[in-house]
Order: sequence, then C-alpha cells, then structure tokens
Amino acid sequence: MGCEMETDQTEDMDVVLSSMWPEDINEAGRQFNVERPGADQDMLEEVTINKEPNIVDFKRLMELTNYSDKGNWQLANLIKNWEYKQENAVRLLREELDNLSKQQQEVELKKLEILEEHRFEQDGYGGDKRPISILDENLKYLYQDAPRRRNDVVFEDEKVEIEAEFDSVVYWKQRAVHLEKLLEASIKREQVLIEKLQESIENLERQSSPVEELSQVLKRADNFLHFVLQNAPVVIGHQDKELRYRFIFNHFPSLGEQDIIGKTDVEIFSGAGVKESQDFKREVLERGLPAKREITFETELFGSKTFLIYVEPVFSKAGETIGVNYMGMEVTDQVRKREKMAKLREEMAVQKAKETELNKTIHITEESMRAKQMLATMSHEIRSPLSGVVESGVMKLEATKFRPREVVKHVLQTAAASLQKLLTLEGNVADDVPVEVIGDVLRIRQILTNLVSNAIKFTHEGKVGINLYVVQEPSTIAKQGSQKLDRDTTKELPMSESQDDQNGRDENSTCENHKLSNGAQVEEEKETNRKTEEQVVWIRCDVYDTGIGIPENAIPTLFKKYMQVGADTARKYGGTGLGLAICKQLVELMGGHLTVSSVEHHGSTFTFVLPYKVSSISDSSDDPDELSDSDHQDVLGDGNDDDLHSGVFVFQPRTLGTLFSSQSSTRIQKLTPNSYAFNKCNGLLLEDSLSPSSNITYKETRSDEDANSAAGPMETSYELEISDNLSSAEKHEKSVPNTDLVGRFHPYVHPSNSLRAKHNVDENLETCVTYQGQAQAQARTDGISSECSSSNSPEIPKGDLKPKILLVDDNKINVMVTKSMMKQLGHNIDVVHNGAEAVRAVQSNNYHLVLMDVCMPVMDGLEATRLIRSYEETGSWDDAIKAGVDIQLPSPDSQSNSQLEKTRKRIPIIAMTANALSESADECYANGMDSFVSKPITFQNMKQCLQQYLP
Amino acid sequence: MLGLSVDRLRADMNRLLALLFHQGVLDEQFLQLQQLQDESSPNFVSEVVNIYFHESEKLLRNLRGLLVDKEFSDYKKMGIHLNQFMGSSSSIGAQRVRNVCVAFRAASEQNNRAGCLRALELLEYEYCYLKNKLHELFQIEQQRILAAGVRYPQQRQQPNNP
Repeated sequence: MGCEMETDQTEDMDVVLSSMWPEDINEAGRQFNVERPGADQDMLEEVTINKEPNIVDFKRLMELTNYSDKGNWQLANLIKNWEYKQENAVRLLREELDNLSKQQQEVELKKLEILEEHRFEQDGYGGDKRPISILDENLKYLYQDAPRRRNDVVFEDEKVEIEAEFDSVVYWKQRAVHLEKLLEASIKREQVLIEKLQESIENLERQSSPVEELSQVLKRADNFLHFVLQNAPVVIGHQDKELRYRFIFNHFPSLGEQDIIGKTDVEIFSGAGVKESQDFKREVLERGLPAKREITFETELFGSKTFLIYVEPVFSKAGETIGVNYMGMEVTDQVRKREKMAKLREEMAVQKAKETELNKTIHITEESMRAKQMLATMSHEIRSPLSGVVESGVMKLEATKFRPREVVKHVLQTAAASLQKLLTLEGNVADDVPVEVIGDVLRIRQILTNLVSNAIKFTHEGKVGINLYVVQEPSTIAKQGSQKLDRDTTKELPMSESQDDQNGRDENSTCENHKLSNGAQVEEEKETNRKTEEQVVWIRCDVYDTGIGIPENAIPTLFKKYMQVGADTARKYGGTGLGLAICKQLVELMGGHLTVSSVEHHGSTFTFVLPYKVSSISDSSDDPDELSDSDHQDVLGDGNDDDLHSGVFVFQPRTLGTLFSSQSSTRIQKLTPNSYAFNKCNGLLLEDSLSPSSNITYKETRSDEDANSAAGPMETSYELEISDNLSSAEKHEKSVPNTDLVGRFHPYVHPSNSLRAKHNVDENLETCVTYQGQAQAQARTDGISSECSSSNSPEIPKGDLKPKILLVDDNKINVMVTKSMMKQLGHNIDVVHNGAEAVRAVQSNNYHLVLMDVCMPVMDGLEATRLIRSYEETGSWDDAIKAGVDIQLPSPDSQSNSQLEKTRKRIPIIAMTANALSESADECYANGMDSFVSKPITFQNMKQCLQQYLP
Repeated sequence: MLGLSVDRLRADMNRLLALLFHQGVLDEQFLQLQQLQDESSPNFVSEVVNIYFHESEKLLRNLRGLLVDKEFSDYKKMGIHLNQFMGSSSSIGAQRVRNVCVAFRAASEQNNRAGCLRALELLEYEYCYLKNKLHELFQIEQQRILAAGVRYPQQRQQPNNP
C-alpha cells in the first residue's frame, strides 16, 4: 500500500484539458494543423489580422451547415470531440473521488485497529509514540483541477510516541488525546477533500460550455487562415446553385459586401474572361466534377490578370449539387513568364531551324556552284559542234574560202579581249601563206581558239603565240587505226622544221598567177578528175606558249578524252580534258595531224598541219570578209592591201597602256567591236557565199547567175563543180540523202569507220600515196558509189529472205528516226517498246537482228537480252516466265520442231547506248549482247551494224 | 523575182542554221534528220520535231510537277524522264538541250534539289530557244516551198544554181 507520488506530477496534471483545440481533431478532420497554445503563445496576437475581406452570408452558412453533408460532418466532428473531452474529465474526477473514499475507509479502519490494539496491548505502547501527519506532504498534490491519477496513497504505519510510562493511566490518557487529535486531523482532511471535490465540480461546470470552446477553436482556425492567406493573391469563394456569391474571401477587395454577395460574376463585373469563368463554373456545377482552368480577365475593375481557377462542386445530402467552391489564384506574372519562355523556346527552335536551313543552303549552294562550274567548263569545250565529232565520230566539213591571217588575228583578238593575265599574244603568218585558202574555217578557228585558250590557261607569264607557215606536203603516210582508215590514209608524219618554204611560195604564187581555184583539199569535196587543176597547200600552224609545259610521260595520254596531265592540274586549272581530244580528232578528220612538243616549266608547242585548197584572189575586186572593210574602204584604202598581207600581230597586255602594239594599229581601227561581232556571227555565211559582191542580198543571185553561165569568177565555178559532182552522184545512186542545203552545208557525212575503207582502201591505197589529195578524194567518191549501190540494192535478195529486224525502244523520237533510217536503207522493222515486249516478239517471230535500247521502262534491254539468251541456250522460256513476261507457249502442233530449232539460233542483239548514260559496253557484252551502237543513231553506224550482222 | 525570193529565203534558212550550229544549239544529228526527208516523207523533219516538242513539253511539265512538290521529289522518276528527254534530244540533234539534260540528271542522281531546279530552269530556257528557232526555220522553209511553187526540197537538190 505504498503511495509513490510522482515529482513531476504538476506538469502532468497541467496537460489535462489544457488545449482549447481538440487534440484528436487531426484524426477527425485533418483540415487544420494548429499549434497548441502555450504560455508564451499566441503568436497570432502580434499579427494584425485584417478580417474585412471575409464576407459571409451567414444565413447561407447555416444552410450549408444544416444541409450539406460536409457541414454536417464537420459539426458532428466538433461535437464528438467535445463529448469525448468531457467524458474524459468526468472519468478522471471519478477516479479521484474513488481514491479519496478509499483513503477515508483506510483511515477509519486504522482507527479501529488502534483502538483495539490499545485495548489488548497496554504495555506495548509507550509515550515515545508520536503522531505523524500523514497529509502534510501529500496535500500539495491535491490540485484544484481534477487530478487524473491519484493512485495509491499509502499511509505509513508509525508508532505513536508517548512519553508516559506504558500502561499507566497517564499513558492511556495521553494516548487517547493523541488519537483524538489524529482523528480530528483526519476529519479535517476529509472535509478539505470534500471541498476540493465540490470546487472541482463547480469548476467543471463553469468551464465546459461547448459553444464557447467551439467558437474559440473556430476563431483560432479562422485566425490562422487569415494569417496564412493575408498576403496571398488568392480569392476564395462559395457560390450557390445560381452561381451567386455566398461567401468570398479576397485580400484585395475592390468591392464591398453589398456589391458581391448574392450576385453572380457577370453581375459584378464585365470584360473579357468573366463570361468564360462563369461558364466554367456552371460547367463544373453541371458535371459535378472539380476542375481547374486558367482564365485571363480583362476587366475595368482590375485590369488584365490571369487567374488559375479551381472550382469544385458542393453536394447536398441528397447528392445534388447545391453550389460550388471556388478558389482563384492570380498567376499573371507566371503566365507572362511562361509565355515569354515559350516564345523564347520557339525563337530558339526557329533559330535552330534557320541555322540548319542555312547550312543546307550553303551546302546546296556549294554544290550548285560546282555544278555550274562544271557546266561552264563543259559548255566552253563542247558547246560548239565539236562535240558532234566526239559523239558520233562522224562529221561533215565545209569548204569555204577564208583568210588565214584574219583567222589568226581574230583568234588572238578574242583571246586578248578576255585575257586576265599579263601575257603578250602574238601571231606571225609567213609571207608564203596564201591570202585566201579554202577549208572548214569554222572548225579551224575552233581548233585554234581551243589551243590558244589552253595555252593561256597554262601560261602565267611570257607570251602565247601562233606561227603560220607553208610546209611541204607530207610524203609519208601514217596509218592510224582502222577506224579512220579511209580518211587518214594520207595522214602525214610530223614534218621537219626544214620546210621548203620556197616551194610553198612557188606553189602559192602559181596559184595566184593562174587563178586556179579548185584544190582537192577538203576531203568531202568530191573532185574526181581535176588533179591537174587543183592546188593544195599544206600549212603548218604552231601554237606556242611559255607556260608550265607538259611532263614527258603525260604526253601520250594528252589527247585522250577526259584526260588531263594529272589530277592536280585538273583541280588547279579546271577543264574537262575534252578539248585536246576533240581538236586532235578534228584535225585528223580534216586530213591533217596534231602534235605536241614541250619542255616542262618552259612551255609547250602544239602543231597542226592541214591541207588547204588555194583560192585564187583578186585583191582589188574581191570583197573583204567584213562589212567594216567596205565601210571604211575610203579611209583605209591603202591599209586594205596591207591588211591582207601583213602577217604579224602583237597584242600586248592591256596594263601596258596601249591596247595593241603599233604594228597592228591600222588593224585596230578597222576592227571596231561592231564589225568584229558581225563578222563572228555572219562570217560563216559570208565566207560561204563566195560572192564577190559585198551585199549579202545580191550575192546569192549573182552566184546563181554566174553558175548558170559558168562564166563567173573561179570561186563560183568551183562551187558549181562540187554541186555537179554531188548531184550527179545522187542522180546515179539516189542514196545520198539530200536537202536544200546541198552545196552549202554539204550534208554528205563522212564515214568514220572502217566500213568504207574496206571497199576502197585496197584499190586506192597506192593512188593515195602517189596522188595524195586527189587520190583521196577519188577514193572517197568511189566509196560513196559503192556505198550507195549497196544500200540501194541490198545484198539480201528481196522477198522471203528479207531480213526481219526488231527495234526495241521506248522513245518515240528515236523510233521514228531509226525507222526512217532503216526505211531508207531498205528495211522495214518491227518496233516494240520495252524488254518484255521484245521477249514476246522474239518468242513469236524469227528475227535476224534485234536493236535493243538499254534503258527502258518495265524491263530494260539487258534483262530482255539475258532472257532471250537463256531461251536460246536451254530451249525453254522458263526464265522469261519467271521474270514475269507473259509468254504464250505455242501448242506443240502449231509449230513444227524444225521451226523451233530455227528460232533457237543465236539472234544478234545490238545494244543502243547513250554515251552520256552509265551504260557500259562491258555490261552489254556481259548480258549477252553482240555489239553496241551509240546513240543518236546515224546512217553510218546503222549501215555498219547491218552489214556486219545481216547475212 | 520568184527565184530571187526563193533564194533569199534559202539564204535566210542557211544563216539561221549556221547560227544554230555555231551556237551549239544543233549538232550533226539534225543533218541526219534532214537526210531522212525525201519524197515519201516530205515533212519528215517538222513532223519529228513537232512530236519532239509535244513529248518534251509533257516531260517538262512532269519534271516541274515533280520538283514543285516540296514534300517529296521522286528522283528516280525524274531520272526516267530525263533519259527520255536526253534520248529524243540527241536524236534530233538538239545538242544544248541534251547537255542540260545531262547536267540535270547528274543533279537528280545526287538528290540535289536546288541543282535540279536550276537545271530545270536552264532546260526550259534552252528548250524555248530551240523551239522558237526551229519554228522560225520551219516557217522560212514553208515560205520558201511556197515561193518555189510547191516544190519539195529534194526536187531542188540541183546545185544552187537553177
């Protein structure tokens, strides 16, 4: 029964019922977390809380509390809390009461025991027994508030000390008095306790008004809310079913209560966003689901602001929505920042895209620059009809009268005009070179231009020049390649420098004296019986420079197509490497040759030697090539002759002050830019017309008339002669196609292959050696005749054995042209338009020859050839069927075996390839083709092909 | 006077042809084409060339259509068109058109859109030039034939001097 009083009981007791706020409100509500107020608390005291913004429609609040689930529930919680607290207090008081009554009982029991003891143990107790106050110390533990625990209060059993002798009367008297005192004290204590209890009960009653406590709680919560919200840019509100405000909290109120409560948004203020906000609230109300939205307001009331609005519906107990809670937070700055960020990001993205685009553009520009450059170089070198030579290996030449000095001068002048270096351009035409010769001036000029521009390209300082002089006709025949056999039989070896100039001069003078106009020279002219009359002069032309030169090992490849000395050179100097190849071919086609000698780092000299017919000239009457000459005739009367014969031209670099040297001063005056330009454009025509008149219009007439009477100047008769030849040949054979251009463009095309040579070379070789030009011309004429006869009366007898030819080409134009050519060659052809059709055609017909385009839709020529070859080898069309060709296999009885056998003979298949395309000859052969002809198809290659592959 | 005008027209034709050759607009193949014209097909050249124009305009339209579509350029198809164009151009000897086709095709093989567009423009330019000049040529020829009294060229294959 020991009573252990805890020393810290004060604090322990202090806790009891101390909080104004229900401790377990967390469990119940969880909406607020409020600090318990201590002695030093209420920090809110120091905070001024502005309560004005809080505008409440209390009636509505009551309604809400009464009718809405939430309000009800909150109220219930509060009450439950209070009840719990009170119960707890009652319980504690009761416990205390129990304790006290227990103590009282014990005390009484003790008293009885003492009395009894004294009765039976008289001697046992002496006066040394002293009374001890049991409550002395314990009183202070009794508190005015009901103690929560008064556990066991133990009274110590102490002996009463009495001084009197034991068991004496005095002793007993003393003892009785002492006990009396103890009893009194005990009673007193009991009374105190009872009072205390009374007081506690009173206290309890006094303090525990639930309403008071609740309002205190609410007030605190309210205070906290205000404290938290006082500076927040938020608006909190409640609106009823009709969206009329019933409560609003707005820290920055701009309107009074009467302006807001009971009104809707649209009634309160107007402007952008108001309607939207109201509609949004209504939507939430209708849908019954909370939602958030950002709305930008633009109102007179508070300007432009963006709010993030949260709206949740409020339900009645019956589950109906009876209003919305609304909370808005101003996020204008954030929105602005966000928009700014988005804008920045967008700008960055745009910037990046632009950058990418720019890079792409740069790339594309670089590429197109390259392409442009390539195109420019290409166009420089192949724009002119020169490429015709490369493409077809066939060309026709013109015979026109021209003045070599003029040509040299023009070429140099043109080069000087576009010169971008400090180079001296010079030309030197030997005196023995005739004033006028006959040849294909256009091409000669092109060759010369090409060589000069090449020389300029590779020369950085010094000079570039042209030397022209007459040489002895080459006596040795150089035979170069069977391809050019027919025309190149008279090709001469490079001649020695020790030309017999005198000889040349003699020839020249003879020519001039006798006014012999017709030379055998240009090969396309068919002079047959005029050996005695014609005069040929071989003129050598050196184009020299002081440039970088050509390494010795590079010289052999120099004239190959698309070859330059080295990759470095190509990079540094550009160009396609086509120019020299064309020049060489051109020179050789004209019966001459082109050579080069070079010392590296010192310069190169390109030399070509060509035969020209000598034209007779009457200086006085013959009209100069340019109109300007006649225009200036009066002024330059004297200079005219000089001009014709002076053969030295020097074009100094322009920076030296004078455009041209004094030597050529007269020339400069004459060659005004206009006249020069005119000459360039029309020179061909003028030279061509051969008319002595300076007037173009009348020239033709005169020439005609002259020809008619056969008494005109020699030039005219020369022309007549050619025409006669030509026409007679045509009359005979009717195979040389003609146009109204005959005699002007001389459309007769020279063979470039060995075909014709086969016919003629044997019988004529010797003649050629002996008689050179004439013999050559003879041979050629013969060639034409035989050719014509062969085409007109084909080797294959007409009738059943007429060869069947199949053309496979998808290009309409090509088909038309090829068909027409074949017609003229005496063949009718079948045409199909792709590989698959070709396979079908071959399957159902016996062809003797197939001309197959390579690039075609559906099935290309290579595959078609493969399939045909596969059939020829295996006798079955399986591969073709596998490849998707719709083959109709003949029934066994419809076709005889022999016929099938026959079909299986290998058909010659000739590919038609375009050089510009990546169709290689190897590929054609690899796929089973027998040969190829390059497009565009010409008479020559077609004829050759037919001769080779048709029996 | 008739003869005079015939000859003058012929001179005009020759001058024009010479110019076209000199500029590289036409090459030798055009002469091959002229050789194919005879009694049996007196208008062969202009027939072929007209078909060429017809086809080429179709091809140019297609090419432009392919290139205008910014989303997608079918370079393979473009290559097929260009092969056609190249083939027919070289068949009639339209040298410059053909050369531009070559460059165009190179650009299309590299999927170089900008290059293709440039080439297309150049091609259209060259094509128009060619067409105008050939029309001019045919017009002169027609006048000449009229002036010559419905005589076709091959009947006048006698030397220039009547």
